[in-house]
Amino acid sequence: MTFTRKDLLGMRDMEAGEIRHILNTAASFREINTRAIKKVPTLRGKTVIHLFYEPSTRTRISFEIAAKRLSADTYSVGTSTSSMVKGETFFDTLKNLEAMKPDLFVIRHSASGTPQRLARRTSAAVINAGDGMHEHPSQALLDLLTIQDHKGHLDGLTVGIVGDIAHSRVARSNIWGLNKLGSRVIACGPPTLIPHDLQQMGVEVSHRLEDLVPDLDVLMVLRLQKERQEQMLLPSLREYATYFGVTEAKLAGAKPELLIMHPGPINRGVEISSEVADGGRSVILDQVTNGVAVRMALLYLLLHREEETA
Amino acid sequence: MDLLLRNARVIDPANDRDQTGDVLVSAGRIADIAPRLEVGPERLASVTVLDLTGNWLVPGLIDMHVHLREPGDEYKETIASGTAAAAAGGFTTVACMPNTKPVNDCAAVTQFILRRAEETGSCRVLPVAAVSRNLEGRQMVEVGDVRDAGAVALSDDGRPVMSAQLMRRALEYASRFDLPIISHAEDLELARGGQMNEGAVATQLGLHGIPTAAEAVMVARDCLLAEWTGGRLHIAHVSCADSVRIIRTAKARGVSVSAETAPHYFTLTEDALVDYDTVYKVNPPLRSRKDLEAIKEGLVDGTLDAIATDHAPHSSVEKDIEFDAAANGMIGLESALPLILELLWEGTLTPAQAIAKVTVQPARILRQPYGTLTIGAPADLTVIDPDARYTLDQASFRSKGCNCPFHGREVRGRVVLTVGAGRVRFSR
Repeated sequence: MTFTRKDLLGMRDMEAGEIRHILNTAASFREINTRAIKKVPTLRGKTVIHLFYEPSTRTRISFEIAAKRLSADTYSVGTSTSSMVKGETFFDTLKNLEAMKPDLFVIRHSASGTPQRLARRTSAAVINAGDGMHEHPSQALLDLLTIQDHKGHLDGLTVGIVGDIAHSRVARSNIWGLNKLGSRVIACGPPTLIPHDLQQMGVEVSHRLEDLVPDLDVLMVLRLQKERQEQMLLPSLREYATYFGVTEAKLAGAKPELLIMHPGPINRGVEISSEVADGGRSVILDQVTNGVAVRMALLYLLLHREEETA
Repeated sequence: MDLLLRNARVIDPANDRDQTGDVLVSAGRIADIAPRLEVGPERLASVTVLDLTGNWLVPGLIDMHVHLREPGDEYKETIASGTAAAAAGGFTTVACMPNTKPVNDCAAVTQFILRRAEETGSCRVLPVAAVSRNLEGRQMVEVGDVRDAGAVALSDDGRPVMSAQLMRRALEYASRFDLPIISHAEDLELARGGQMNEGAVATQLGLHGIPTAAEAVMVARDCLLAEWTGGRLHIAHVSCADSVRIIRTAKARGVSVSAETAPHYFTLTEDALVDYDTVYKVNPPLRSRKDLEAIKEGLVDGTLDAIATDHAPHSSVEKDIEFDAAANGMIGLESALPLILELLWEGTLTPAQAIAKVTVQPARILRQPYGTLTIGAPADLTVIDPDARYTLDQASFRSKGCNCPFHGREVRGRVVLTVGAGRVRFSR
């Protein structure tokens, strides 16, 4: 299988074969992360610019580590250091960065669609590290890899995603990815946090967590942001936790091998109890570990493609 | 110089005329219309004769909803550039919205606009004054004063009149001056944060949605207030099926309400946004296919009286930025006619129906003597080559705006001559 994409923008337009190829490549990179000297020369001489126009710890460090372990040169632009504060528009900043001939941009932005629009204007490769409420494909890929590690396969699994589906790019990317690899996906949350016509993405919708728990092989728990109360979406975090917070009590009827996942950062006691987050079913830290391998795979596949054509 | 326009298909919906013949323009007025007009040899030297065989001759088009941006945002558009675009698009009259800087909320600004139009304009400009001072939604403008200065309607367009009380009082008070209130129907609470139509496309693109209810609840509110007060209400830029249904019901009840839609609402849907191209970002937003069909039905049955462009020029500073931050709005003056003609070619509207929606209908709503070819009326007329096929090219536009969503579209039917008050304002 050859990987021919210039950019990795979302799961929606990916083929199942491409996703499997990325997961296989990621699995093969994992070994590097266990060595005493965690560095290979694969991307030496390649320039990667990280554009993080939204706060991020996990994803940003994960991408930085992935690039550095492959010997790429990395540079970071964040909101506080960017020229945005000087009044330059985002796309003008990019034109200037483009003129310095980077090979790849990793971009996170609060406005949905910004990576897509960047990708159309640059000859460099672009990886979407999360855009608004749209997509977060590297997160979905690391989630798929984590499920595959534990279950051995993805087809035929029933995966629940509980929480703030409406504002979640993680949910959207996972829905597309899981569907393509043959999983059944059920989205669960209060009606105010389920976006209009979500079913058209090929997902079932439930408003009762306890009803779907017995069917699930995997339960992904999404972060609930406190401002949803002020936006008239919820009466209180307390009531949210009562009906949608994942606790051992709610998991009483679950399959013994149920996996609990969370993209982080977690709000203990809101969407997930500490017992569950730190318990035996939780694979939350496996997700983080796999994140580095998946991002190494993406950098390698996108930059390697260029080398082949050169 | 007088004009004798020969052998055109003359379509004048106001007079129920659709026949091939000649039109004589003299002293800025329509002097005569007949199957064959002759001028004596003594007048030939002072009459320009044009053979328009194969072309349509219609009343000068009227766009009752444009943004000319002057005063204040002259880098986006000026009265000169906007009216030049209008003339090139076949329009001889435009009504300009008051959300300029400063806002057109007093006689001085209304007079400024009229003076600039006189000095620099290429078509007639009818100012629309604000409902509330500085568009703040609190205190009414001096309605008599702006009316006497030349304002033809009142609107806080760009913003809704959120206070139902202010809307009620404005409808009542303006009725004394026979000015319609043009409602920008949008519940700001329901629309808050919205970037595009709420539905499957917005969900998949991860963009905050604007439900059709954000428009329709205000249309319903304003229709109820118009019924209660007896005031004259006009609903701007109708975009969705629910609004059409509510207006239809109100009209059946005898409410004094009229309504317009814009070409983008019967030509484009929310699907255009899949690539996050900000040229398609507009308020109200492009809706679903079902809404588009309902807009067409509303045009056919007369629920929607008029077609207006909502010409809203922006520069790349407002458009070539992140989607969330980009300004709403599209330019429309130089693309409207061929898009309206698409409704003819597909059989949705008859030529008389379509032409009426950009001539006599807006003239009636604004109580203006234009939009007809009645003998003695001001000689506003537009000549259209209905068979010209070409590609819309934004680079050729007179408008300063960079935001034409129809750039590159293959269309049929083009303006070849625009005459305003007897003067040639555009010819191709």
